[in-house]
Amino acid sequence: MTANSIGRAQAGGRGAMLEIRNLSVSIQDKLILDNLSLAVDAGEVAAIMGPNGSGKSTLAYVITGKPGYEVQSGEIVLDGVNLLDLEPTERALKGLFLAFQYPTEIPGVTTMTFLKAALNAQRRARGESDLTTPDFMRRVREAANTLKIDQEMLRRPLNVGFSGGEKKRFEVLQMALLAPRVSVLDETDSGLDIDALRVVADGVNDLRDPKRAFVVITHYQRLLDHIKPDVVHVMARGRIVATGGPELALELERNGYRDYAEEAA
Amino acid sequence: MTAHVVTRSAAEGTLARQFAEQERREPSRARASAFARFAAAGLPTRRVEAWHYTDLRAAMPDAAPILPAPTRAEIEAARSRLARRERFAAGAQLVLLGGRFIAELSDRLPAGVSVTEGPVDARAVDDPLAALNEALSPAGPRISVAREAKLGEPITILHLANGDSSCSVYSRTSIVLDAGAHASFVEIFAGAHAGVQRHTATIIMLADGATAKHVSVIGDEPGLHIETQIWELAKTAELSAFGLVSGGELTRRQIFVRMTEDGAKASLGGLALIDGDRRADTTLQVVHAAPGGTSREFYRAIVDDDAVGVFQGKVIVEQAAQKTDGAMKSQAILLSPRAQMNEKPELEIFADDVVCGHGATVASLDPEQVFYLQSRGISKPDARAMLLEAFGRESIDRIEDERLIDPLRARLAAWLGARK
Repeated sequence: MTANSIGRAQAGGRGAMLEIRNLSVSIQDKLILDNLSLAVDAGEVAAIMGPNGSGKSTLAYVITGKPGYEVQSGEIVLDGVNLLDLEPTERALKGLFLAFQYPTEIPGVTTMTFLKAALNAQRRARGESDLTTPDFMRRVREAANTLKIDQEMLRRPLNVGFSGGEKKRFEVLQMALLAPRVSVLDETDSGLDIDALRVVADGVNDLRDPKRAFVVITHYQRLLDHIKPDVVHVMARGRIVATGGPELALELERNGYRDYAEEAA
Repeated sequence: MTAHVVTRSAAEGTLARQFAEQERREPSRARASAFARFAAAGLPTRRVEAWHYTDLRAAMPDAAPILPAPTRAEIEAARSRLARRERFAAGAQLVLLGGRFIAELSDRLPAGVSVTEGPVDARAVDDPLAALNEALSPAGPRISVAREAKLGEPITILHLANGDSSCSVYSRTSIVLDAGAHASFVEIFAGAHAGVQRHTATIIMLADGATAKHVSVIGDEPGLHIETQIWELAKTAELSAFGLVSGGELTRRQIFVRMTEDGAKASLGGLALIDGDRRADTTLQVVHAAPGGTSREFYRAIVDDDAVGVFQGKVIVEQAAQKTDGAMKSQAILLSPRAQMNEKPELEIFADDVVCGHGATVASLDPEQVFYLQSRGISKPDARAMLLEAFGRESIDRIEDERLIDPLRARLAAWLGARK
């Protein structure tokens, strides 16, 4: 594999929807992302696979702007704007969404209050008026039915008392309601049984269209049986070390990450 | 303990003159005894354990002149202020103007409740400011709720400040619930400016099986607000009390609860919203003197800028008070690196068969929570306000009465809204 094709930084990069260029990130002086480049086209589902500790979650957090990471160099460009210059809120308003690996529990904030605040913040940013309560309720009900989310769950405080599977389903419910242009899913499959996995995958597949892109971070091929990726990137030691088609995921499933871990080392 | 000789401060001298003047006009043995208790202790300093974080002697260089009874013109002016004023809750309202109960500005009370005006006696608590209040307060309203009377709507006691000069306002209110009675009370403190030194006390006695809710709201801007509550709970009596502080340069709420007979329940809570260079001190003393009592304390504070918060809670379980169930919690969020919160929860247990615990936390807003909300497109100020509102609401909601919860939530939202 040539350096040029890795991450398609140059090959497919021109006209890419989301483009990460030479990104190096550290946490407390420890380099986590090492000159990473990656391009994701509109309409594309890009899978990122890699062993534990390869920097996958850091990548997801840095794209969405979580504080605590020190960007040493590089840029993350969406629609020609460097996201690194924007607050997490502004990134979300540009259509970026992160489905968290471990969604944060927020006691005291009811799930519905939160959903309404998020939806209306995004509508206002687009110059649209706030949703009426009945309209909002209808949309939430429909999305919840599709994702087999119990209405009772929506009356609880945000992510509090949700099972692991419920939290993941609720992340996908938010994604369905906010209809982001670029969604980053950080190990959304972890902790899901096979039925829940199918429901979550259907939620993603329903949103697929030529104007949206998905970055699906996972350890396992399993999720990719349900969400068919267009391209698979392998991440190790903080960089993309291989890029290929869906067959690459199958190969990883057979051989593990050992080859790539050594190559990067 | 060795007696230490302290020179009388200017404020202590003024207070002594003010008391002597009052004694010449209307001598009273009870008041003289109360003033003697105050004078023996003086204004508290940090050396007094219960005042450790609020050095009142230093904070009160002098005592402002005592406000005289309101004139006819002032009563009429208050009448028109009241007409324009939005009420906190439905139900009858009693009005104190400048510390005096004014019957003609007050509503008629519903069946089962009566009010008279007179001296308000109380079990003495060991506190100099409680004694000072007893010594210098004029006659106050004495509210009685009849045996088994169940009041539908809360009764509001509005403490309206009067005038714009520097003054001391003393007031004292008594509430007595006879056996099996049920009632809710709201005390609202309004209209005070920085020149006001307010000394207020409410003494509440609950007879067997009586249940009371009490909400205190301090939202105006007195220079000094010293509030003493003295509760006494008889057999299976239940009290639920809450205090919201969102104004005042120096606020001290001191709450003394004594459960004198079996099976009483006390739930105390509060929310302090403190910014600028305000100080807000809440100090509790809860005494379980009889078996089978339950006490819950749940206090929260949001502290910003250079403000200082204090929570001191002492739960005393006397030897007779077996099977006591007590839990105390105090939590604060600091929004600025200069903001301070002092927490001192304490248990003194002399019985052997009890379940008691306490916990105190001081933290900043959780950046993970702020990020989660921002990642959905909610602005940082909105995200912070949402989290603070949730934090505050969890304390308010424990009052378990929507008629009281809704206006308290509205005050919290207004305070947060004004800061965005």
